[in-house]
Amino acid sequence: MIEVKNLSKSFGELQVLKDISATYKRGQVNMIIGRSGSGKSVLAKCMVGLHIPEEGEVLYEGENFLEMNIKEKVEIRKNIGMLFQASALFDSLTVEENVMFPLTMFTKMSKQEMIKRAEECLDRVNLTGSEKLYPSETSGGMQKRIAIARAIAMKPKFLFCDEPNSGLDPQTSIVIDNLIHDLTKEMNITTVVISHDMNSVIEIGDHIMFINQGKKWWEGDKNDILNTPNQELNDFVYASKFMKTVREKLR
Amino acid sequence: MYYHFGRYFLMIRRVFTRPEKFSIYWKQMVAEVDKIGISSLGIVALMSVFMGAVIALQTASNIDESWIPAYTVGFTVRQSIILEFSPTMIALILAGKVGSNIASEIGTMRVTEQIDALEIMGVNSAGYLILPKILGGVFIFPFLIMISMFLGIFGGWFICIASGIISSNDYIYGIQYDFRPFHVTYALIKTVVFGFVVTSVSSYYGYYSKGSALEVGRSSTQAVVYSSVLILILNYIITQLILI
Repeated sequence: MIEVKNLSKSFGELQVLKDISATYKRGQVNMIIGRSGSGKSVLAKCMVGLHIPEEGEVLYEGENFLEMNIKEKVEIRKNIGMLFQASALFDSLTVEENVMFPLTMFTKMSKQEMIKRAEECLDRVNLTGSEKLYPSETSGGMQKRIAIARAIAMKPKFLFCDEPNSGLDPQTSIVIDNLIHDLTKEMNITTVVISHDMNSVIEIGDHIMFINQGKKWWEGDKNDILNTPNQELNDFVYASKFMKTVREKLR
Repeated sequence: MYYHFGRYFLMIRRVFTRPEKFSIYWKQMVAEVDKIGISSLGIVALMSVFMGAVIALQTASNIDESWIPAYTVGFTVRQSIILEFSPTMIALILAGKVGSNIASEIGTMRVTEQIDALEIMGVNSAGYLILPKILGGVFIFPFLIMISMFLGIFGGWFICIASGIISSNDYIYGIQYDFRPFHVTYALIKTVVFGFVVTSVSSYYGYYSKGSALEVGRSSTQAVVYSSVLILILNYIITQLILI
């Protein structure tokens, strides 16, 4: 479980996050949604320690991450997997080496064991046979799946996904969404997904938090989100013609 | 300026913290030696041979008086190459070639979130990316400079023979005349310092790139400019401290 308590973050004069508190439970896909520039990614980066918030706490299984020393943070980070918006695969390494990378850095596994684990992870994301390719030789959807394979290589307890569907076609998006959902359930991990894609929210979101202007505006599940009286959230959810049609049908 | 100094030294402190796994860093360092050193061999050789040849020709063309001995050509080539051309000029060339390469490589990793990915995994990204480059540079620069010294002096000798301006014996006597081995030591001390400056300053500008590809290009330019300026300033300081 991850808890965020009264988190605030500014960049110079601009306050991006304002007193955000939330709880993300294990075995759930926790979605953080909001418009571009609302502070979603900053919140995720504060949670994993890439940004240091001015105020607040981030608790991993009850331990305050922000007060930990470097060694303790490294231990927590070994349990965190992250899928970046642009995949963030290492260009100079092959697909297999990318997946094996955290294992080579932090485990004492033999090379054979690491290769076996990498193959298992790649198999899980349906990429068997792509081990020797370089990231530049793979498609956007494949890169996302490789990044997922790398994120799960260390069997993490926490998985962060920053806009996992950005730049993908609708079908590939669903494949990625389902993969994130299934892995969350299979591995019983705490997953936090940053998204502005309503399809993803409806598809896999167990717990949803809407951020607007740096504040937590709304929190609930996917059944509530379609019937919320909250005006800002309604504007966000029903921004597209498709969703407006869905609303008409629901009525 | 103070902001950059402070951030640079904080980065250096992170770079020299204990590596997660020595074997990985060792492999990285060997790769960097290849990337920084071996790939620069061609340009270093080409520049050195031609500079040695040109220094020899220029010196010979300036010796009009008969009381100036012919071996002065060899002496001048040796002194110019060992004291200044090889350690300083080659370091400036490498600041352009290696520095821009390092800054753009690390800068691209920054803007494509690869550095963030390392950090999230718990890897000390500064150490993992920069330490092998610094160690590789500090290790291989002296070898490149020694090769440059040899080829520069060889270039001078070759042009003397080819053009017949002075005899081979005069040239060889000149390069041995009043030779002080400490000058080579002085040149190598400078080289080690310049190797550190080029790799660390370029890494600094790459590591703190932000934004887009445009910013990476800017970082790359800054890396070359500031490395070159620092090389010139340190060249003066080291010369003042050691030779005078």
